[in-house]
Formats: sequence, structure tokens, C-alpha cells
Amino acid sequence: MLAESLVVAGAIFVLGTLGVIVRRNAIVMFLCIELQLNAVNLTFVAFSRYVGIEGQVFVFFVMTVAAAEAAVGLAIIISIFRHYETVNVDKFNLLRW
Amino acid sequence: MAELLFYVFAAVAIGGAVGVVMSRSPVASLLFMVATLASTAGIYVLLEAHFLAAVQIMVYAGAIMVLFLFVIMLLNLGHDYERDIRGTVAMVVGFVVTGAIGGLLAWQLGGGTAGLSTNLGSGDAIDAALREHGAVGAIAYPLFTDYVVAFELTGLLLFVAIVGALVLAKKAS
Amino acid sequence: MSLVTLFGLFGTQAGGLESHAEWEPLLPGLIILLPLLGFVINGALALSATRKSADAVRAGGEFDFFENGRPTTHSLPTWVGPGVMLLAFVLTLVNFFGMLGAELHEPVIRSYWAWISTGDLHVDAAIQLDQLSIIMMMVITGVGFLIHVFSVGYMQDDPGYPRYFAYLNLFVFFMLVLVMGASYPIMFIGWEGVGLCSYLLIGFWFSDEEKASAGKKAFIVNRIGDLGFLLAIFLLYLVFQKVDYNGVIGDATSVFQYGGAMVTTVTLLFLLAAVGKSAQIPLYIWLPDAMAGPTPVSALIHAATMVTAGVYLVVRSSVLFALAPLSSALVAGIGVLTALFAATIALKQQDIKKVLAYSTISQLGYMFLGVGVGAYTAGIFHLMTHAFFKALLFLGAGAVIHSIHHALHHTHKDWDAQDMRNMGGLKAYMPITWITMWLATLAISGIWPFAGFFSKDEIIWMTGAMAGAENAPYPGLYTVYWILALAAAMLTAFYMARLMVLTFHGENRTGPKEAEHLHEAPKTMWIPLAILAVLSVFGGWINVTTDLRESVLGGFGLLPMGEWLHHWLEPVTEAAHQIQEARLGQVAHAAPFGGGEVAWGMISFIAALAVVLVTVRLLGRKEVPVAVDDAEPTGFARVLYNKWYVDEFYHRWVVDPILTTSRVLWRVVDATIIDGTVRMLGNGTRAIGWVGSLFQTGQVNTYALFLTVGVLVILSMIAF
Repeated sequence: MLAESLVVAGAIFVLGTLGVIVRRNAIVMFLCIELQLNAVNLTFVAFSRYVGIEGQVFVFFVMTVAAAEAAVGLAIIISIFRHYETVNVDKFNLLRW
Repeated sequence: MAELLFYVFAAVAIGGAVGVVMSRSPVASLLFMVATLASTAGIYVLLEAHFLAAVQIMVYAGAIMVLFLFVIMLLNLGHDYERDIRGTVAMVVGFVVTGAIGGLLAWQLGGGTAGLSTNLGSGDAIDAALREHGAVGAIAYPLFTDYVVAFELTGLLLFVAIVGALVLAKKAS
Repeated sequence: MSLVTLFGLFGTQAGGLESHAEWEPLLPGLIILLPLLGFVINGALALSATRKSADAVRAGGEFDFFENGRPTTHSLPTWVGPGVMLLAFVLTLVNFFGMLGAELHEPVIRSYWAWISTGDLHVDAAIQLDQLSIIMMMVITGVGFLIHVFSVGYMQDDPGYPRYFAYLNLFVFFMLVLVMGASYPIMFIGWEGVGLCSYLLIGFWFSDEEKASAGKKAFIVNRIGDLGFLLAIFLLYLVFQKVDYNGVIGDATSVFQYGGAMVTTVTLLFLLAAVGKSAQIPLYIWLPDAMAGPTPVSALIHAATMVTAGVYLVVRSSVLFALAPLSSALVAGIGVLTALFAATIALKQQDIKKVLAYSTISQLGYMFLGVGVGAYTAGIFHLMTHAFFKALLFLGAGAVIHSIHHALHHTHKDWDAQDMRNMGGLKAYMPITWITMWLATLAISGIWPFAGFFSKDEIIWMTGAMAGAENAPYPGLYTVYWILALAAAMLTAFYMARLMVLTFHGENRTGPKEAEHLHEAPKTMWIPLAILAVLSVFGGWINVTTDLRESVLGGFGLLPMGEWLHHWLEPVTEAAHQIQEARLGQVAHAAPFGGGEVAWGMISFIAALAVVLVTVRLLGRKEVPVAVDDAEPTGFARVLYNKWYVDEFYHRWVVDPILTTSRVLWRVVDATIIDGTVRMLGNGTRAIGWVGSLFQTGQVNTYALFLTVGVLVILSMIAF
């Protein structure tokens, strides 16, 4: 079960990375980041059976932080949307050279 | 039986992930995400992390995704999506890079260096704790004893996040 | 003793050298320092005069050099310039008479301080007094003094008067360093110094572009020779580990093999140096242009002293040249070719100074011929007599030019004051100049009993004798040299007579109004002429071979002639003569086509006299047009008038390629390649920066991509 779980986790993580690279919508990009976090959680849980309960405790914390981060991140996106009228990240390029 | 369920959940999880990345509408992405989260929770159950499975459904799929949906609806994003996905070049580059990472990971898993399961012993590291304290207690005990500092800090973190989100999302008056 | 050494007037005896002289030279260092002192004083005065005049001009006025009718800047240099020369000459004479009585066998060396002392090389700042150097010193200070006196009159109206005397004194200083140095590097200092002063004095009127260019040309052509000198010194050091005369000459026979490659190379390099300094083919081109300087400068530098430095060098290194028969033959060959070549050009020149310039080149060729065939004494003898009559000729020409210039100035006619076609009939107006210049002309033409006869005759005779020596290396070649030398002598007689006729005889062509202002030179100018004339007449009597003396040419032994110079220079030339006698055997007593010394002496004397008389007769009758009316020469005369187009040849094949190469090096190599590379570095950095800036798209996706790539890299590093 461990190996298969790790395969699944790896696949989800890779897909999440692809999504961050490929999508233009800020919210969907955020969603893909959440996918990555999810994959990491799965990895921890899969290993906790062999290593100890600490894996699951860590997942607990990860989820908490993910929630906090989602809240703040979405607040930022809303605040940006007020300025740009869009969430297309191509438009957010003030830091261009 | 467990094997079959696992494969089903795995397929749904990966399929949902693909859907998240590939669908044109943000709402569709979000729904695919929920599917992934749900099947991941199922896998947790199969991996004897019952409490986390429940928390995953309640917090992740229930709260966080709903929050996302709120924001999507608030910004009225469901309608005119102007080419949300990048063009071919970006796709190819992305595929190559992430494919490389995936390949590396697969190779490692397949015994690139040493084998995995052989060094880790049998899968019964948490059986004792589970038997003694039950599913919730197995996590609660370490959380409130060994890792109580982290626990308190997380509380603080949540507090900061709330305040931050409030401030950031307020209309500039 | 050491304190006195520091003050340098007494010097110390060179270490390691045993001097058997009971004779102590008197203040030899002072002889050199006196002209230097003159330079300093005159130079300071020139600087202050310049400053005053610059201030006056800046204040909007002109600087008046004349106060109460007398130039203010002239009094001090008039006394200091010739004064130091007179003192130096007197000191030299005192030392000469001392040396006469001392019977020196080794040179006396006074060393003042250790100039170069590194590793094996030790060169002292030392001067050497021996028979050869004292002769040269007397010529330099004596003739130099007379020329300084002449200059007082000649340069009277020139505002650069103090600067002129400063440079002239500096020149004498360097020339004395050249002939008095005890080692080749010291000679080289003098060598370079006289080149510098030559440049300064030729370009004395530097505001005229042509004159400044002439100065440049002299210096640059000289420089080519300097390269040869330096390379030779380096080679000598390589072989001997020392570069002073005694060291080199003493060890030469043991170190060098006769006719070997090393000694031939060294002597060829010295030949290059001498060719540059003494204006022989192919580096003579600077001397005719050098006539742009004031005439007394031409007399001193380009007749009597600087150009003789090359001959002095060869005689100093006579041992080396005796060991290298190839180089000696080349020296003689270049000499005789130059003698003939320059004589042909002089035939058709119209500027009086140009004729004398080519005559100088030609006579220098004779000196080279002499030292090339191994007659070192004859070469020095001709150097001495040439100094007398050539200086006289130049100073006389200077007097003539001064007079004509004055006359033309009065009527504001802008004719060329140096063109002989504008002269004529001056014997009525300038009798002293006429007589003294005729005496010099007879001397240079080789007419008995004047000085040039004996010196030139000895050189020609020795060439013939060496051709017939027992083991002569190049008998046929030397025969050819002998014939060419005779031919050049005839040409010399002709062009000098032509000069005299055009200038002094016939009708005056300057113009009736101008003729009223023609007058004889002032006393400061004609007294030196007279003294030099006496020397030109009797100066040759100090070196008459026994054969000649006892024949009709020597008054059957009654006239006070003798072989004095030959004996006097024996200690200096004996090393070379020993080698010659060993290798070449006895010299012949008959010329190549038969006839002894007396016979050929008579032949050349009578032939030269005939040429002079015929020229005076024929040319005296010819109508000569003035310069502005004269037609351009045609045919072969045109070639001669244009100096065989040598300057044009050099310009096309040497100067222009160098200029083109320089231009290419400048535009292509320097500006494009080197500067381009430097600029490319800057531009390259900017380009790399620009490429780098492309990564800053401002878009999150790009950054995420780079993040991912970084993760990939780290993962790979962990995995492998």
C-alpha cells in the first residue's frame, strides 16, 4: 500500500505543479497549490504507518496552515481584483524589467 | 477488497487532479478538486488515518473549498473566461519539466537507490497507539503533550490569518 | 682624495689598468665641463629672454631686443659662448704638449664614478686621453672656437642669439663626450647627444615648416644608425662581458677569429651606425636637407665634427675592423661609392650650400675609403684637413650669403640669397673671402702643396697599395675602388671650381642697385676665415710620407714636412696594423697599373690642376642666367639636379609604406580591433544583462516554472 500511495501522491503533486505553470487564473493556480499540499499530506499519512504517529500529527498542522493560507491568499486576490478588475495573472506584471 | 477500493479512490483522485488542471471554467476546477479531496480522504481511511480523513472532509473539502467557491462567485468569474490556459509552448515546457520530476520520482520509487518497504519494517508503527487511545486519541496525545508549543503557535497563526484576511479584503474607505 | 674625485676634476685612475705615463693630464674633466657651463649660462639667458618677450607679447606689445641700438640679450652669450671654447682649446693644447713630451704607450684613463654596475657589466663614467682623442679634441675645440667667433658676427641680428650659442655649446659638450669617452656606452651618449643638438640646430628657425622637417629628418635617419650602435654594444657585451675600449681591444685577437661571423656582425652593425651619422649611402639623405640651419652650424656640425664621428668610431674599433676583412671592404666600398655618387650630384646643384653639402658627403666617403682599406691614419688625417678647408668653405659661403642677403634686403628683392646664379663677380666686393675660399678650393681639389693634396693622395695611394698586397683578400675590388677614387677626385676639382667661378668671377648678376650694398664681411667673420686658410695651406705638411718628401713634391726634403701624424697615432693603430701585416702581408709599392707613389701623386696633382684651370677658363666665359630666368634642366642633367631621385625613391618605398602600415595599425588594429574588443566586453556585459532581464517577466507562472526547474535540479543532484 505504501508504494501505491506514494505513486498517487507523486502524480497529484506533479499535476499540481503543472497546473501552477500552465494556468492563468489566479484562483485556479491557488487551487493547484492546494493540490500539491494535498499530495504532501498523503505522503505523510502513507509513511506514518511505518514511522510513527508523528506523520499524522504533522498532517494536522499542514491542514491548519493550509486553511489560514487559503484565507489570506484569497483576501489578497480579492484586493487585487478590486484594482485590476481581473484575476488573469498576465496582467499583474508591474515587476517586469 | 481494500486493494480494489484503493485503486478506485486512486483513479478518482488522479482524475480529479487532471480535471483541476485542465478544465476551462474555474468552477469546474473547483468541483474536480472536491472530488480529489474526497477520494484522498477515502485513501486516508484505508491507511488507518481515520481522524484525518474526517478532518479532510470537514475542513478541506468543507470549509476551504467553500471559501474558494465564495470568492469565485463574489468575483463573478464563472462567465467570461478568456483563455485561462496558456498556449502550446507553455504546455510543452510544463509537461517536460514536470514530466522530468515525475520520472525522477518514479525511478526513485522503483528502486532507484534502495528499496523502500524493506527498510521500513512492517506497517504496524501506529497500531499500538490506535488500540490504546482510539483514532482521535492517537493524534491528540502527541499533539497536546509533545507538540503543544506548535499547537499553540498554530492557534496564533490562525488568529493572525483572520486579522490579515479581514484587513486585506476590506474595501479601501 | 675621494672628495676631490667627487668633484670630478681630477678623476681617478681606472682600476686594473697600469698607466706607465709619467704625464698627469691637466684638468681633463674641465675640458668637457666648460662647454656644458656655457650651455647652462646661455640657456638660462635664452629662457629669461623668451619669458620676457612672451610677457611683452601677451601684454599686447612687441619685445624690443634693441635698447640704445644694441641688442640686450647679446652681450653675455658673445663672451660666454666663444669664451668657454677658447678656454677649452687652451686646456686641450696644454694637455697636447704635455702628451708630446710623455711618449705615451697606453691611454690615460680618468674615471669619475661607477655609472653602470650590475652583474658582470661595469661601465665607469670615464674619459680616455690618448693620441687619437687629443687630435680630435684639438680639432673640435679649435675649429669650434673659430666658428663660435664667426657666429658672433653672422647671427648678430637674430633674436634667437642666446639660444643659438646655448645649443652650440651643448653640441661641443656632447662631441667631446663622444671622443673622450673611455667605453662604447659613453661614446654612445655623446653620439645621441650630438644627434639631438643637430636636430635642435638644423631646426633652429623652427617656425618655418620646411626647416623643422629638415631637423626631424636628420634625427630620424640618424636613429637608424643608432640601432646598429646599440646592437653592436650588446653583442660586444655578450662576447667580452665588458664594453670599454681597453677591454675589447685588448682581448679582441684572442676572442674573435679572423673573418669570423661574430666580429663581422659587430663591425657591420658599427658600419650601420657610422653610415647614419656620417651620411654615407644609403643614409646620407639628411645632410643636404640639414643646410636649412644657420651656415656656421653647417660648418661646425656637418663639416668639421659631428659627421666625422663615424670615422672616429671605425678608427677606435680598428682592431675589430682589421679582424673582419669583409666589413672593411664594405666600408671602403660604401665610402668610394658615396664619394663618386655625391660628386655627381654636386655637379648640377645651384644652391651654394647644397654643393658644399654634397661635397662633404663625398669627402666623408674618402675618409671611409681610407679607414676601410686599413689606412686609419690617412683617414684621420683627411678628417683633420677636411675640417680645416670645409669649415672655411662653409664659413666663406656664410659670409657670401650674409652679404647677398643684406643687399637683397635693402632693395626688398625676394630672390634666393643662396642661389649661385644670383651671385657673380663678388671678388671685387669681398676680396678676403675670395682669396681664402680659393685656397680652400685648391686644398679640397688636391692641388699641391695644399692640405687636401697630401691627405687625399695618401688615401688613394693606400687603396692602390692594398690592392696589390701579398695576401690581399679582394685585389680586383680594391683596384676598382682605386679607379673610382681617382675619378671622384677629378669631379671634386671640377664642381668646386665651378662654385668659385659662378660665385666670384664674371659679371655680378645680383643687380646694379643691390651691388652698392655688397661689402666684405666684418672682422669677427673674416679673421676665422684667414686662420682656417693658413691651416688649409700648411696643415697637410704634418703627414707626408718619406717617399714624397724626398721627391720634388716634398721639396727634396727641404720643406718642413714630415710623417709626424703617422708616428703619433702608432700606439692607437698598432694593434690593427699587426693583424694587417700578419694576414695581408706586405703592401705593394706600386699602384695596380704600375707607377710608384710619387708618380701617381704627380699625375693626380697635374690632372686636378688642369681641371681647375679649364673650368675657370670655360665657365668664366659662359653667360649664366639668374635664377628666376633660368630654364629647368633636361636629360641627364635633370637626373643629377634632382639628386638621382633618391629622396623620391625612399619616399615611395620606405616612408609611404611605413605611413600606410601605421595608418592600418591605427585604424584597424588599434581603433577597430583593440578598442572594439574593449568595447565588446562592455557591450557583451550589457547583452548578457539584457538576456538576464528577460527572465524578469513579472508573471507568477514564469517564476513558478523556474522554481520547478530548480526543484528538478536539486532532485537530480540527490538522486545521482
